[in-house]
Amino acid sequence: MVEYKVQFKVFEGPLDLLLYLVKKEEVDIYQINLTRLATQFIEYVELMKELDLDLAGEFLVMAATLMLIKSRELLPRDLQAPVGPEDEDLEDPRWELIRKLVEYKKFKDAAAELQALERRQELTFPRQAPRPEAPPAPGRPEVSLFDLVGALNAVLQRFQARGHASEIVEDRWTVSEKLEELRGRLSGGQRFRFAALFDGATHRAEVVVTFLALLELIRLRVALVTQTEAFGEITIEAAPPELSPPPDESHSAEPAVPPTPVAPALP
Amino acid sequence: MTDLKLVLEAILFASQKPLSVADLKGVLARAADQSDEPAVRALKRTKTDEIAAALAALRDEQEAGGRSYCLTCVAEAWQFVARPEFAPWLRVLAGERARPARLSPPALETLTIIAYRQPITRAEIEQIRGVSVDGVMQTLLERGLVEAVGRAEVVGRPITYGTTKAFLEYFGLASLDDLPGGDELRRIPVERPPTLLTVEPGLATVPPAQLNLPSAEPAAPDTPPAPPAAPATSDQQSP
Repeated sequence: MVEYKVQFKVFEGPLDLLLYLVKKEEVDIYQINLTRLATQFIEYVELMKELDLDLAGEFLVMAATLMLIKSRELLPRDLQAPVGPEDEDLEDPRWELIRKLVEYKKFKDAAAELQALERRQELTFPRQAPRPEAPPAPGRPEVSLFDLVGALNAVLQRFQARGHASEIVEDRWTVSEKLEELRGRLSGGQRFRFAALFDGATHRAEVVVTFLALLELIRLRVALVTQTEAFGEITIEAAPPELSPPPDESHSAEPAVPPTPVAPALP
Repeated sequence: MTDLKLVLEAILFASQKPLSVADLKGVLARAADQSDEPAVRALKRTKTDEIAAALAALRDEQEAGGRSYCLTCVAEAWQFVARPEFAPWLRVLAGERARPARLSPPALETLTIIAYRQPITRAEIEQIRGVSVDGVMQTLLERGLVEAVGRAEVVGRPITYGTTKAFLEYFGLASLDDLPGGDELRRIPVERPPTLLTVEPGLATVPPAQLNLPSAEPAAPDTPPAPPAAPATSDQQSP
């Protein structure tokens, strides 16, 4: 059969019980009658033993100390062991006990203050700043109109070299068609070189129409045209969202594009 | 002239973690190196005590400004915190915070003794508490609130214990100097009265002055290093 022991939590140690008894007396520690305190302490210890509470051995040591104090005081005063400053070695057990009690009480008070801090800290919420976003990579400079025209010129010269210049063709390409085609390529997240824009072009007029569509998309801030360095390769990509105007604006702007075919001026 | 206080305020406002004076000094120096602006470069050689003074002034300004938050120093590092009285809302906002269980009274008592009397041996703690501390010491060590800090130069060279940085953080203390009623409880032993007055058998007398913590009275206003995180107990509880 397992023996049940109740852990006596209220009094953690004998000093705890002593302080409790002092408090019950409603007197300050320095006024306490140790003889009476000893009697009460021993009563409590006896009762706790009777209740079979698990009592720390220190309680019994304290009870013994109190018994000693009590027994000394049963003697007539002139028979008591002399105490006082003249015999330093002989520590008065009463003084020793009071000193311990006072010291312990101070720490107990301080522990209560720490407990208040513990509670306060539970209620304290620090500001939690989000991790700052890494600054954007140094932006590639946006391309000027002159850069674009210069690049277009290089493409057009390719067609001239192929000898298409004098050929007469009907107007098969419109800006709005090319615009939609380009928009589709960009919205797919594609990113391509300027020259690649005209890879499929079969005619000088198609190049010009595609170019005009690109200009319109730049104006609408749908396309972003950048250059890694001055006179370097021109790259076309979809503009980041913050550059896009509100949708209704871009919508109303669209009809501004002339649906009519552009007839490039042929030499 | 850029106001150092405001620069520090901005840094702490945007910082993800509490920053020490040394951290702040580093930020000022690095910013100066990376900038051409005279106002930024001017703060390059800001001295440690200038930063400390600016932080204290900033804290007092925030305090006087009556905001819902304040600047506080915990374990030597500064951060903005909301005032405790707004906890009911912030608790909802933050959800369950993983905060360890509260300490039991014996654990708190033991921790208090270590905090004020460190470095201290286990035997010395037990002498003050009058009871064995094996169980609670284990708890305190496991929670990282105390640690072995050395060995006492006495027979057997027993281990001495001290508190950790986690201890300061757990209680929101700027440093050990910030412990409530510190001076009283550190090394000063209770003085033995010149003669033990035993007017009546069993009555022992100790000067009443030694019976209470001085900080039980309203905290003396002449203790400037105490940050708002370590206040007098009076304004603890929010209504």
